[in-house]
Amino acid sequence: MTTQDTKPRSKTSGSEYTYTPEDGLLLEVEDLFVEFRTRDGVATAINGVSFNLHQGESLAILGESGSGKSVTAQAIMGILDMPPAVIPNGHIRYCGQDLLSMPDEQRRLTRGPEVSMIFQDALSSLNPVFPVGWQIAEMFRTHRGMNKSDALEQAIRLMERVSIPAARDRVKAYPHQFSGGMRQRIMIAMAIALDPAVLIADEPTTALDVTVQAQIMALLQELQEERQMGLILITHDLGVVADVADRIAVMYAGRLVETATVHELYAAPAHPYTRGLLESIPRLDQKGQTLAAIGGLPPNLMRIPEGCAFNPRCRMAQDVCRTDRPPLHEVVPGRFSACHFAEEVINA
Amino acid sequence: MTEAAIAEISVTDNYEGGDVNEERSLASDAWRAMRRNPLFWVSATMITIFALMAIWPSLFTSTNPTDAILAQSRERPNANAWFGRDIQGYDIYARCVYGARASILVGVLCTLGTVLIGGIVGVMSGYQGGWLDSLMSRIGDVFFAIPLLLGAIIFLVSLPDFFNDNYFLVVLKVVLALVILGWPSLARLMRSSVIQVKPNDYVQAARALGASPNRIVRSHILPNSLAPVIVVATINLGAYIAAEATLSFLGIGLQYPAISWGIDISAALVGLRTTPHMLFFPSVFLSMAVLAFIMLGDVVRDALDPKNR
Amino acid sequence: MGTYIIRRLLQMIPVILGATFLIFAMVFALPGDPLAGKCGERPCPPQYAAAFREKYNLNDPLPVQYGKYLGNLAKGDLGETYNGIKVSEQLKLRYPITAKLAVMAILFESIIGIFAGVLTGIRKGGFLDNLVLVSTLVVISIPVFVIGGLAQYFLGVKLGLFPVTVTSTDPTVYELALPAMVLGSLSLAYVTRLTRTNLTENLRADYVRTAVSKGLTRRRAIGLHAMRNSLIPVVTFIGFDFGALLGGAIVTERIFNIPGIGGYIYNSIRSRDGASVVGAVTVLVIVYLFVNLLVDLLYGLLDPRISHD
Repeated sequence: MTTQDTKPRSKTSGSEYTYTPEDGLLLEVEDLFVEFRTRDGVATAINGVSFNLHQGESLAILGESGSGKSVTAQAIMGILDMPPAVIPNGHIRYCGQDLLSMPDEQRRLTRGPEVSMIFQDALSSLNPVFPVGWQIAEMFRTHRGMNKSDALEQAIRLMERVSIPAARDRVKAYPHQFSGGMRQRIMIAMAIALDPAVLIADEPTTALDVTVQAQIMALLQELQEERQMGLILITHDLGVVADVADRIAVMYAGRLVETATVHELYAAPAHPYTRGLLESIPRLDQKGQTLAAIGGLPPNLMRIPEGCAFNPRCRMAQDVCRTDRPPLHEVVPGRFSACHFAEEVINA
Repeated sequence: MTEAAIAEISVTDNYEGGDVNEERSLASDAWRAMRRNPLFWVSATMITIFALMAIWPSLFTSTNPTDAILAQSRERPNANAWFGRDIQGYDIYARCVYGARASILVGVLCTLGTVLIGGIVGVMSGYQGGWLDSLMSRIGDVFFAIPLLLGAIIFLVSLPDFFNDNYFLVVLKVVLALVILGWPSLARLMRSSVIQVKPNDYVQAARALGASPNRIVRSHILPNSLAPVIVVATINLGAYIAAEATLSFLGIGLQYPAISWGIDISAALVGLRTTPHMLFFPSVFLSMAVLAFIMLGDVVRDALDPKNR
Repeated sequence: MGTYIIRRLLQMIPVILGATFLIFAMVFALPGDPLAGKCGERPCPPQYAAAFREKYNLNDPLPVQYGKYLGNLAKGDLGETYNGIKVSEQLKLRYPITAKLAVMAILFESIIGIFAGVLTGIRKGGFLDNLVLVSTLVVISIPVFVIGGLAQYFLGVKLGLFPVTVTSTDPTVYELALPAMVLGSLSLAYVTRLTRTNLTENLRADYVRTAVSKGLTRRRAIGLHAMRNSLIPVVTFIGFDFGALLGGAIVTERIFNIPGIGGYIYNSIRSRDGASVVGAVTVLVIVYLFVNLLVDLLYGLLDPRISHD
């Protein structure tokens, strides 16, 4: 699982900056707040989120649409549109250095060689008018100053690594000439090209068939183990999470409501929202019964309810839930939950 | 993407804000969006003014545009003739006002003609597909090969003295030229619009319920494919006014007895150095008329564009 | 790729046939005497009329007429005016001038249009953006001949920056500068708007987000990734807009007295020389078709999503 490897990551990088993870701690998100200032008001998309990521670890960030999981990923990458996004508070430390207070140029140079991201829709995320080999090779040309032919060789190697058949022939092909699964592999190739320490995968398989999903997730796992990357997997699909993740962080309305290891979470959730999510998974042995669902809708991020954000929809809500925001506290060693009644939920 | 995040916010907003029973059709949304756009009111006012000028020119001037006072020809703007007089002694202001009729007539008739013909052909092509579609597309290609102005020139040059005495027939000649050459572009637009609407589930559902093709087209396909056609038709109205003026400018569009801004501008070019007012006023009227329709078309397009809402 | 070119070339043949047939139909098949209006204000001299009838077989059924007409066209014989001047000779003399004018106009509209479009596309909503939006709307609305007249007056007569009319038979670049700008002005407005719209849309695209997350500089993400996608439709637009340019050339050459093909057409309209008008316009149409074909091929080259089989 988590390796306590303090070996500095040495690479032939074009940048003069070096990053060394202390105790294998790659990423430290501390008390992050992200707001969107629009004409109609301020939406708090991320409301005080903290978590860590170590080398070789896979963290799944689970949540529905609007929970803030994608915004978290984009904040880490630094690709949010600012304005309208504003980060009023918080730190994002990579190998101990705060990405948010870094000069822009230094931050830019971390994208690709240090932290990398893959997106949900590979067809729209790849440039349709450039060959795929060219797009992968671009990583080497811009960050390592390689010439065209060397960079292209590297691109072919990467395409072979992600199991694209006949890579040498297909390196000149265009994104629309590949199937969905192949395109996602190309994105992965592009993302791991410079051997980043952190890979963020934002719903990488949502747009794919179930069988292709499994292949892509297996590939990600393989690459992660091979390179000891920290993997952040953003998803809303509990099934995908079960196979790949070591730890899960559940987000709701821009807040972390629970973190735990996969087994612990599935066995006994410590938050009513997580419990609701697990209960709503249709099961093959539940014939003839109505599907369970969490009533109500996610809140408007411009008007988050007082106290616990989940209280309007929570079966167990009490008065304290409507007034006091529950802090993310350690319920059981290693497990955190933001619920006033976490113990009851675990033992239910 | 951050846009998605903000979009998510607006989605949840609707649930808390609006009344569940509130009618939110595309048309009413568009109408609401248009009303809020100041440009809509500007163009609507301008169009109303021009329409009034076309229908009741006497509201705006009591002078007869065909009254020539040769002695005062080329007169500068003054108290008697607000815009001055042209080379034949006509009151320019009166001619500008009366000239609206020809332009509006041509614009409206051309738009009606192209939308009707092009619309029908386009719907049939798009809905039926098959050999009808191929045939119509080939025919459309042929028409597209001839730029509008060039084709109109050939058409009108071959009908020089036809209908030359009646005001309405003179206008009709020009309308005919433009409609014959202009319907294919609207047909193509309607066709692609229909083709985009056809695969939608509600059309399949109507088919499955046994609705006749007529009914399907009338109730389901047409209302949903009209949006781009409306935008283009509005903008085209302005373009047809400009086209008529250009043809009249070249001397093969409207002729006497019709009064057209194009004719006046053409006549005014000769005296550019000494009497610019003869050029200026009809130019302004013409530009305003075209601008009004193009502006309205822009407003309608923005209102109907789902991305802007 | 080669087969693609040949296929498009072959596809053009029926279109050329169709277009020439359409022109033929308009000239010969419309009710009325085809000779009417071809010889100026008076009826045609009898020798010319007889020769005309003989040559175009007006006594034969329509299909034969068309065949003969096509045959003549293929030979490059565009007919003669009633004075016995060969139309094709006149065109050969004049086309370099019009070509020069057209090229200058295209350069003007592309360079400035793309530049302005990029500037406003990147910085949407600023003062410059609104200024450009308004000014392009105004330019689109004002017909070319009005712009020409006003430009001639303000920049030529009043400010004396450019010659008011062209006086030499082989005009220099300086003499053609103002006419070229007038001719390109309408397209310039469209190019600017199109570039701006495409760029803003592409800037929001997912692949730009990917480019940024790859650690590319903002300059590269916009200047290379977004621009390449944005410019493809603009390039093709410039090509297809060529047809409007041809029509506009007639107007522009008239205003500035340029002895090109456009001026020739205008003068022929004025003097009711139908044969010349039809001959010249036919040539313009064929040129337009070839330009369209070139643009189509260019588009196929630039956008890899267009299949080449």
